[in-house]
Amino acid sequence: MKQFLYFIRKEFYHLLRDRRTLFILFGMPITQILIFGFALTNEVKNSAIAILDNSKDEATAAIIHQLEASQYFDLLLNINSNAELESTFQQGKIRMAVVFPEQFQRSLLHNNLAQVQLIADATDPNVANTLTTYATSIIMDYQQSLSNGIPIPLMVNTEMRMLYNPQMKGSYNFVPGVMAMVLMLVGAMMTSISIVREKELGTMEVILVSPIVPMRIIIAKMIPYLILSMVNIASILLLSVYALDVPIRGSLVLLVAECFLFTLTALALGLLISSVSGSQQVAMLISLMGLFLPTIMFSGFMFPVENMPIPLQVLSNLVPAKWFYYIVKDVMIKGTGLKTVWMETLILAGMLVVLLTVSIRKFKVRLE
Amino acid sequence: MSSQPSISVSKLTKRFGDFTAVDEITFDVHQGEIFGFLGANGAGKTTAMRMLCGLSLPTSGTATVAGFDLSSEPEQIKKSIGYMSQKFSLYEDLTIRENSRFYGGIYGLKDQQILQRTQEMLDHLKLESQADTLVKSLPLGWKQKLSFAVALMHDPKIVFLDEPTGGVDPVTRREFWTMIYAAADRGTTVFVTTHYMDEAEYCDRVSIMVDGKVQALDTPSALSKQFGTKGMTEVFIQLARKATRSDN
Repeated sequence: MKQFLYFIRKEFYHLLRDRRTLFILFGMPITQILIFGFALTNEVKNSAIAILDNSKDEATAAIIHQLEASQYFDLLLNINSNAELESTFQQGKIRMAVVFPEQFQRSLLHNNLAQVQLIADATDPNVANTLTTYATSIIMDYQQSLSNGIPIPLMVNTEMRMLYNPQMKGSYNFVPGVMAMVLMLVGAMMTSISIVREKELGTMEVILVSPIVPMRIIIAKMIPYLILSMVNIASILLLSVYALDVPIRGSLVLLVAECFLFTLTALALGLLISSVSGSQQVAMLISLMGLFLPTIMFSGFMFPVENMPIPLQVLSNLVPAKWFYYIVKDVMIKGTGLKTVWMETLILAGMLVVLLTVSIRKFKVRLE
Repeated sequence: MSSQPSISVSKLTKRFGDFTAVDEITFDVHQGEIFGFLGANGAGKTTAMRMLCGLSLPTSGTATVAGFDLSSEPEQIKKSIGYMSQKFSLYEDLTIRENSRFYGGIYGLKDQQILQRTQEMLDHLKLESQADTLVKSLPLGWKQKLSFAVALMHDPKIVFLDEPTGGVDPVTRREFWTMIYAAADRGTTVFVTTHYMDEAEYCDRVSIMVDGKVQALDTPSALSKQFGTKGMTEVFIQLARKATRSDN
């Protein structure tokens, strides 16, 4: 047992003396959360729009007023002609324009039908889509307020509710994603590098000649990164709750336990990588290409897995981060318990068992 | 010298696929002896040594190391041997004291023993003032002496040295050999591989491996006489020239 403690102490020296890496390891989750939280966001706010109002009546004024009042739009300017509209778009001053035809209110009241045109700059299709949707819903609101009292025959009324995330915050989506990314990177890459480094330096031979049991070498190698990962989880969760207002609706204990499980899976993967790579560079490359990229691509955090071709969807099931991402979203954002995430948890646990068995077998006790 | 050999090797063989790296080697090493294990690159000496240290499993043949059987009692062997690898084996980002505490620790020494032996080592190598500096800032010669001292810290019966003086200046090599003699005088068996023939002359007995086989084994002076040469260099060249196998 004492041997083991000496070993762990040595691992901590390595970790703590490498200031630069340590700084990256602790700094990475914090910067990622802050960047995703405040800089990279899909939300569209304060977009500049222009109004071409050919009617200038009460109805258009009311709609314009409501558009202006919403946080999504900044009314940039009123323009007077189609030609001006074109040039404003070309100068990139606006992302959308709202065009009211002549006699807007009149046709609305007399014919019960009026047209309004939304023109969006679709060089960024997602933004264009979002903006027209916002504008449409504002106009619908206005329409409804008009019809108050006046019965309109046969009208379907859609009412939307955004469950779990009524404000449509992007942070609800990326916090679980960043957690998966950081834990995978710290766990797998750092463990594999720390083992391969000893192979490269030749110290692994000396350790293997000594009486220490190989299993203890493995565990001692993992413990510092396990602790580091738990610290990272704490900093991510604290930042999410206090800086980004992302709630933890489910049980914190369950959430931390799931993180622990995922971290162990990452460590086991790191061990596996270390036994197949001969140098630190190779270990790093395998970790980045083989783990980090799939984590980003297939966890569903950047790109929805449901939209991928079937073979890729099947492949995505092999990525531990996908299951972890589901679990964290469920527990943290939806507030569900083990009752809903037991299957994902079992899958992760199964992956852990398989990976550990394979990698411990592959860990070369005798260096051939 | 005791009657029981410190290392006894009988028909030890290692094959990698079709390639026979070590071909039925047989020899004994006595206790307290400095045994030079020579051979050109690729002759199989590193593989043989790794088998004796438990880093590699023999394909066939038997051996006892420190009185324990290689295949059935590897754990006892591990406790009785020290090993210094070809590559530098201390941690550069740890201080001298931390390195010796780690290696003492994984060999199961008690804290008290570790403190005492570290102190002895520092006194002996006159490194007291450097005890808390990181190993990476020490000159190579010191590092090599230090790793030898660390390999001896748990007082092993046998110490295996794999080309311990590679890249070290002649003065330091001489000092290193003084340490080897001192260890042998205390009864430790020293099993050393080297490419320096002047070092071969320092050994009690020398074996020369060619193409996986031990082609010569005797004291350096007897070997010189046998081959009719002035020194080990020519003995080695005569034997190594017969090799059919190229570098590994």
